[in-house]
Amino acid sequence: MEKIKISKDEVTHVAHLARLEFGEAETEKFTAQLNGILRYMDKLNEVDTNGVEPVTHAIARKNAFREDAVNASLPPEASLANAPESRGGCFLVPKVIE
Amino acid sequence: MELNELTIHELLDRLRAGETSSAEITASVFGRIDAVEKEVHAYITLMRETALAEAEAADERIRKGEMGALTGIPIALKDIFCTKGVRTTCGSRILENFVPPYDATVVTKLRAAGAVFTGKTNMDEFAMGSSTENSFFGATRNPWDRDRIPGGSSGGSAAAVAADECIAALGSDTGGSIRQPAALCGVVGLKPTYGRISRFGLVAFASSLDQIGPFTKDVEDCAILMNVLAGYDPRESTSVPEEVPDYRRFLSQGIESWKVGIPKEYFIAGIDPEVEAAVRRAIRVVEGAGAKCIEVSLPHTEYCLAVYYIVAPAEASSNLARYDGVKYGFRSGEGRDLLEMYKKTRAAGFGAEVKRRIMIGTYALSSGYYDAYYKKASQVRGLIKRDFDEAFTKCDVILTPTTPTPAFRIGEKTDDPMQMYLSDILTISTNLAGIPGISVPCGFTAAGLPVGVQFLAGHFQEGRLLQFASAYEKHAQIEKRRPTL
Amino acid sequence: MEFEPVIGLEIHAQLLTDAKIFCGCSAKFGAAPNTHTCPVCLGMPGVLPVLNRKVVEFMLRMALATNCRINPECSFARKNYFYPDLPKGYQISQYAAPPAEHGWVEVEIHGGKKRIGITRIHMEEDAGKLMHDERNPVSMVDLNRTGVPLIEIVSEPDIRSAEEAAAYLRRLHETLVYLGICDGNMEEGSFRCDANVSLRPRGTEPFGTRAELKNMNSFRNVQRALEYEIKRQQYVLEGGGEVVQETRLWDDTAGVTQSMRGKEEAHDYRYFPDPDLVPVVIDDAWIEEVRKTLPELPLEKRERFVRDYQLSAYDAGVLTTSRALADYYEEVVKLSGQPKIAANWVMGDILRFLNEDKKDIRECPIAPSSLAGMIRLIQEGAISGKMAKEVVEAMYKTGKTPQAIIEEQGLVQITDEEALAKTIAEVIGKNPVQVEQYRAGREKVFGFFVGQAMKATQGKANPQLINDLLKKMLAPDT
Repeated sequence: MEKIKISKDEVTHVAHLARLEFGEAETEKFTAQLNGILRYMDKLNEVDTNGVEPVTHAIARKNAFREDAVNASLPPEASLANAPESRGGCFLVPKVIE
Repeated sequence: MELNELTIHELLDRLRAGETSSAEITASVFGRIDAVEKEVHAYITLMRETALAEAEAADERIRKGEMGALTGIPIALKDIFCTKGVRTTCGSRILENFVPPYDATVVTKLRAAGAVFTGKTNMDEFAMGSSTENSFFGATRNPWDRDRIPGGSSGGSAAAVAADECIAALGSDTGGSIRQPAALCGVVGLKPTYGRISRFGLVAFASSLDQIGPFTKDVEDCAILMNVLAGYDPRESTSVPEEVPDYRRFLSQGIESWKVGIPKEYFIAGIDPEVEAAVRRAIRVVEGAGAKCIEVSLPHTEYCLAVYYIVAPAEASSNLARYDGVKYGFRSGEGRDLLEMYKKTRAAGFGAEVKRRIMIGTYALSSGYYDAYYKKASQVRGLIKRDFDEAFTKCDVILTPTTPTPAFRIGEKTDDPMQMYLSDILTISTNLAGIPGISVPCGFTAAGLPVGVQFLAGHFQEGRLLQFASAYEKHAQIEKRRPTL
Repeated sequence: MEFEPVIGLEIHAQLLTDAKIFCGCSAKFGAAPNTHTCPVCLGMPGVLPVLNRKVVEFMLRMALATNCRINPECSFARKNYFYPDLPKGYQISQYAAPPAEHGWVEVEIHGGKKRIGITRIHMEEDAGKLMHDERNPVSMVDLNRTGVPLIEIVSEPDIRSAEEAAAYLRRLHETLVYLGICDGNMEEGSFRCDANVSLRPRGTEPFGTRAELKNMNSFRNVQRALEYEIKRQQYVLEGGGEVVQETRLWDDTAGVTQSMRGKEEAHDYRYFPDPDLVPVVIDDAWIEEVRKTLPELPLEKRERFVRDYQLSAYDAGVLTTSRALADYYEEVVKLSGQPKIAANWVMGDILRFLNEDKKDIRECPIAPSSLAGMIRLIQEGAISGKMAKEVVEAMYKTGKTPQAIIEEQGLVQITDEEALAKTIAEVIGKNPVQVEQYRAGREKVFGFFVGQAMKATQGKANPQLINDLLKKMLAPDT
């Protein structure tokens, strides 16, 4: 029996964090696939990374700035043109339940 | 030969000589599209009307003697580049009707150089895939064998160039998405150094790996496009203010006494024997051109895939959080409250592979797992980068196969994500290190499928890479075949 | 058991840049919804952020003013969570590598001074605004505020009372405003405060379980909320209960803090370095360049006012509540050469007029040169103190110079000695009884003559001159 890296419950929790949802069968399938992929990732534990700086950028550039100058914004109708729902110049969303 | 079969430089010569017009070239391209697009399905959106208008405007400029670097040349854009007023789907349902209010920097540059845009090409959803099967708009087929995949994620662009449905095309490469489909479709594909071509307006998959590059019919065309596309963009923080040489200048120079590194780790078990044989022939060709091949080692090669499939999904999980049904794109009408709206929108808007990667990435960044996955992978990435730095102290370029196998069959790997991921195994290290890589055709299998050879060079060495690729192209004299469609 | 509160504050201050932190949209407050938006701050597909250099400079000003150590390199991270006011699904902030750490400010509390530590200061982008529809189950999203630059200032848990918290908050507020990097408007949300509060038995080291307080949009509310929360936790602990780690919202109307329990999930922000932004390197040359632009801070200014102008600590405090007021006062001092008299006029009539009209010193119709001119006229004896009261009021109403008003209203003081002597002679002639009394040694009667003389001249006489003439003319040998 191969080691379980991620349980079905964890898959459901991660899906919630990512704002995704899966049906029962889909969750089963994803859990199996994710376990396969995560097991493959275990390979990395073979590598000694003690004292190795993480590389998060492909090229080490520093200090990229823009000046504090105002450019034209979009006309509001262009900002809202792709909105699934809008009203009064605003994007409309279902009420946030508080 | 039909106009649509010619290269950029051949067409520019004819346009300059007044032997043809952009209108004729563009008509020829759309004639071809009408004839073969049903079989290939390279495009998501065709821009026929604007293309014909752009062609006429180009002809007008040519008449006035205002010829730019690409005036009148029909070029296809992967549907990952934002085009003002033309929908940009990224192969996803979630952006099915998204019409950007702005142009990507590369689109602006091509436009300024006089290019005619034929349309937006098919791709794996959000560039996640190696076969273009993960498109919401249906799979693209390999022009050399319609039962096979064209590679991915820029499969539509590669197929469009191979099928002469455009003269050249733009793609993006996060783990091989230009070079792998270029190899599988028998065209030239270049992924430049990270930071060389502006990513502004490229819909992000994995920001620290994404890079834009051209698909062309030969190396000279590749240099022509690089002259237009490369350069610093103040709208991108990771764009590099490094001088851009005239890439065409490198083409005619030889590669006498160049040192070519052959990394032993890239000739692995699982490489198709016909692919390996074609690449071995390529090694002899460059030696025949005066280069010296030496063995080099990239010891962390076997970890590239694991690093990539942590880093890329982690970044993607964050990059794709903006598709939430609020500002643009698809929204599910089923959600009764905000949380449900989010979940139903994203569950229905994204395809399986995208969801799989969002899940991996979210998990790899989540509390308690960050160090074991994201941080660990970023550290190993540092070692992979160091491998290349060391190898390039011993050689000028590195030569490897582009893909382990020729094009596989449609549906062959769709149910096994790990098998699909393995088809990128020879290309992803380049993205992790940020170096440039090019795939050039190096022959055909017995079944008539194209094979590609990959050349890699150090950061910002695109000029040398093109010099090497053009010398190889000249000496290899690969048989000019066209797919039968 | 006696409990001791342990309080730490987190402050978010909007920076007064012209443009947003990562794009060129205006950062100004109050525009029509979604008119200050572009593909970048809307989080459209394909866009990329580029950092506004001024944000770094403003952050550095605050870091230097609060004695922080500046790290040579800092970087940006993504804080991932879904909310409709966050268009990218993540906030660009700073996490593992903040630009400034280990600072402190000094606050005055019960006549003494106390140092409050600052853990860190970092830069980040603001989120948009969500408005809830009263009648329909929808919310409206305005993204104008998205990408407005913020600095977050996190204090050490050094604060021990609601009063100290208020003093610390005021100190940071006045510093930000003095530096010209934040308008400090708490109601509009350009200066926001959250608090972490816990109690521990006095004399012990370990911290108790803390509650996080939010939604306090004024200095008064911060103090009230903390006072309430300290009492609440004390009650819970004294009753043998346990404080729950949670977020609590201050309810201004009810005057209580209320648990958000159940409405808030455990957050997992999945911070990671933003691959679209590059590290910011701050070298010594840059730090020195910014240091040179630092104005005198309120505390230093206060001490200097006491020292150089011989003001009381209280007066110096009032006159330095804002940089504009202090500048106004100093301008008046410079032009009049009368620091104490200038302080009396500014703190007295000027501030009273402004308070009545709810105006800021920057809107004061009286130019510092006019006020100084008036003070000079008093000194020269051209007008009396009583006349000056009328003049200053007229100056405030009309914005005219004191000379113009004096001329218009005929307020010129009588300084003609001959004319005045005549009037005084009349006064003396009419009051022989008082003259006798004065000459018999009852010096108090002198005041009576001054009053009569002033009355006879309708207050327009120069008091000094009246004094001199009366003394001379009442002398027994004349």
